[in-house]
Amino acid sequence: MTDNPAPLKFHVPEPEVRPGGTPDFSNVPIPKAGSVDRPPVDVDPRTIRDLAYSIIRVLNREGDAVGPWAGTLTDEEQLEGLRHMMTLRTFDARMQMAQRQGKTSFYMQHMGEEAVSCAFRKALVQGDMNFPTYRQAGLLIAGGYPMVDMMNQIYSNEMDPLKGRQLPIMYSAKDHGFFSISGNLTTQYIQAVGWAMASAIKGDTKIAVGWVGDGATAESDFHAALVFASTYRAPVVLNVVNNQWAISTFQGIARGGSGTFAARGLGFGIPALRVDGNDYLAVHAVAKWAAERARSNLGPTLVEYVTYRVGAHSTSDDPSAYRPKTESDAWPLGDPVIRLKNHLIRRGLWSDERHKQTEAEILEAVISAQKEAESHGTLHAGGKPSTRDMFEGVYAEMPPHLRRQRQKAGV
Amino acid sequence: MPRMTMIEAIRSAMDVSMGRDDDVVVFGEDVGYFGGVFRCTQGLQQKYGRSRCFDAPISELGIVGAAIGMASYGLKPCIEIQFADYVYPAYDQIVSEAARLRYRSNGEFTCPIVIRMPTGGGIFGGQTHSQSPEALFTHVSGLKVVVPSNPLDAKGLLIASIEDPDPVIFLEPKRLYNGPFDGHHDRPVTAWSKHELGEVPEGHFTVPLGKAEIRRPGSAVTVLAYGTMVYVAQAAAEETGIDAEVIDLRTLLPLDVETIVASVKKTRRCVVVHEATLTSGFGAELVSLVQENCFYHLEAPVARVTGWDTPYPHAQEWDYFPGPKRVGEALIETMEA
Repeated sequence: MTDNPAPLKFHVPEPEVRPGGTPDFSNVPIPKAGSVDRPPVDVDPRTIRDLAYSIIRVLNREGDAVGPWAGTLTDEEQLEGLRHMMTLRTFDARMQMAQRQGKTSFYMQHMGEEAVSCAFRKALVQGDMNFPTYRQAGLLIAGGYPMVDMMNQIYSNEMDPLKGRQLPIMYSAKDHGFFSISGNLTTQYIQAVGWAMASAIKGDTKIAVGWVGDGATAESDFHAALVFASTYRAPVVLNVVNNQWAISTFQGIARGGSGTFAARGLGFGIPALRVDGNDYLAVHAVAKWAAERARSNLGPTLVEYVTYRVGAHSTSDDPSAYRPKTESDAWPLGDPVIRLKNHLIRRGLWSDERHKQTEAEILEAVISAQKEAESHGTLHAGGKPSTRDMFEGVYAEMPPHLRRQRQKAGV
Repeated sequence: MPRMTMIEAIRSAMDVSMGRDDDVVVFGEDVGYFGGVFRCTQGLQQKYGRSRCFDAPISELGIVGAAIGMASYGLKPCIEIQFADYVYPAYDQIVSEAARLRYRSNGEFTCPIVIRMPTGGGIFGGQTHSQSPEALFTHVSGLKVVVPSNPLDAKGLLIASIEDPDPVIFLEPKRLYNGPFDGHHDRPVTAWSKHELGEVPEGHFTVPLGKAEIRRPGSAVTVLAYGTMVYVAQAAAEETGIDAEVIDLRTLLPLDVETIVASVKKTRRCVVVHEATLTSGFGAELVSLVQENCFYHLEAPVARVTGWDTPYPHAQEWDYFPGPKRVGEALIETMEA
C-alpha cells in the first residue's frame, strides 16, 4: 500500500454529445450486413458468445438482403411487413396529433422502432403470449388487432375495452397474445418467464415473450427474470429494445461497464444475440431463431435490438433539452421503413409511386378508424365509460365494502 | 376425526387442493425436496412431482412475479415467502401487478394466486422473523388478506383461498404452528392435539373468506383480534373475569363488518388487539369502522393494544409482545371508562 494514495474518483457516464453539439456515432461499431454466422438453434450456447457483442444484419447499405440470416420471409410477407410499419407510423402521427388537440391526455410514439415489434410478431403463432412494454404496439398492428379498439382505449371512450380505467396506450388484448400493460417498468419480464414455465408445466407448445427497454433492464425484475428463465429453462424469448435513451438518460447509465445489453444474458447461461433493430428482415430472422429454440425445449434466448428512439419519450417530453436535435439523422442504422422500402424497390417488388399510393391508403384507413372511434367519444367529450365501471372488476365479486362505496358515489 | 397441528393442516390443504386440481402448483424457497423450513410442504414434491411442487431461487420478486405469469396462463399457484419479513422485495409485484391485473385488463387476465407467509412474533425471532405486515396489504385494493388462528380454520381458509379467483395474502402465525399460545411464555406450551380446533377433517372442506368467528361469547366488551392475539385475548378475559366477547376476524380484507358491529352494539365497548405496530396499523381501520358504525352505542373510547412503534426487538421480546397482562389492563380500563 502506498503512503499517499490518490483520492478516489467518482465516475458518472455521460453521452458523447449534448444539445448544441454535433451528433457523432462514429464510436458505435456497425458490422457489415451478412457478416455474422447463423448457428443452428441447438448450438452449444458457450460457442456463440461473440453473437452478444456483434450485430446481426441482413439489409446492406445498397438495400440487398445478404448473408446467412436472409431469406426467412416470402415477398408477400415482406410487402405486408412494410405496410405494418407504415401503418404504425401513421397511427402514431394521428394519435400524437389527437393528444395535441386535447382529445386524449397522453401518447407515446414508436418512431424509428417500428421494425422491432412489427417483424417480431410475424415469428409467433396464435396462442403465444407477449408481455410488452408501452412501446410495442406493432405487435397489435401486425397481429391484426383493430385500430379502432386501440383508439377507443386511447380516448377512454364508451367503447374503451378497458372501461376508462387505464392510461392511454396501456392496451390489453389476450386473444391477440398481448398481455395487459402496466405502468410499472419491467414487472412483466418475470411474468413472461412465469407464463412460459406454466406452458412447460402443462406440456403445452406455446411460448412467451418478454419485452423491456434499455433503461428498464436496470430494474431488479430483469435480473429475476433471467435467473428464473435460466434455472427452469423456460420457453421464453427475452427481448431488450435498446433505443439508446430512457427518457433523458442515455443507455450507458443502465448498461454500465457491460459491453452490450445482450452480454447480460451470458452470465446466466442464456444464449444472447444482438440484432439491427432497424432491419425488418434481420429482426424477423432472429425472432424466428429464438422462437424456434424456445419451442424446441432448448430454453430461453436473450435478444438485444439495436435501434434509436427518434421521437420524444412521450407527449410530455422534449428531447431537445438533453440531446442534439438532429441526432436521429446521424443514427447509422437509418430508418426501418425506408430501408425495407428501398430493398423492395431494388427487387422490383415496389416503387415510389406504389409507396406514395399506399401511404395515402393507410392514412385514409387510419382517419376512418379515428372517425369511428371519435364517434364513441374522446377523453373530454362525447360518450364515456360509466362511473359504475370504476367499481367493477377490482375483485371477481364485489365485496360489501365496495358495494357500500358504490352506493355512496350514487351509482 | 384426525388431529393436526397447524403445519399439518396447511400441508393437508395443499395436498387436497393439488389432488383435486392439476392447475394448483406449489413453489418457494426450500419448498420442494426439503418440504419447507417449517415442514408445511413436506412430501408434496414426492407425491405430485417436481413440476407441481418445486424449489425456487432466493428471489421474492421472482417467486411472486413468476406466479403472476403462471396465473395469467391459467394455473393456480400457491406460493411461499419464507418469512413475512422478507416479502418486501415482492411488494411491487403484489401491489402493482397481482392486485390490479383483473381491474386494469377489465377481466381479460386474472391472478388467482395465494401467497403464504409465516408471520408474527413471540418466538425470539428478532427484527426479521417476527413482523406482522398485514396493514401493508389491507391498504391495497384488489387483494384479500387472511390470518388463521387454528388448524381447522387454517386448512379450510387455505383451500378457500386457493379456490378463490382473486389474489390472497395468507399470513400464518408461526407461533401457532405447533400449538395455541396465550402469551404466557413462562408456562409449558400445549399441543394442538389437546385442543378442539386441532380436529381437522382429512378431505376437502372450506371456511369462507370474509367471515369472522366468535371465539368467546361475552356481554361486557368486544375484543377484535386475529392470529395469536385471539388466545391472548381469551386468556385476558379469563384472568380479569371480564365477560369479553372475543371475535377472531380470520379475514381482514374483505372484513366481516356485520359481525363486528352487531357485537359492539351489544357490548357497547371495544378493544382492538394486534401484534403489529400501532401507528397506521390495521387496528386504526377497525377503530374507525367501529366509531362510524357504533358511535351512539359506545360507552367508552375504543382501545388499542398493539406492538410498540419500534422494530421488533430480540432481548425485549416479552416487553414488546402485547401479552395477557397488557390486554387485561385495557379491558379493565375500558370497563371503568
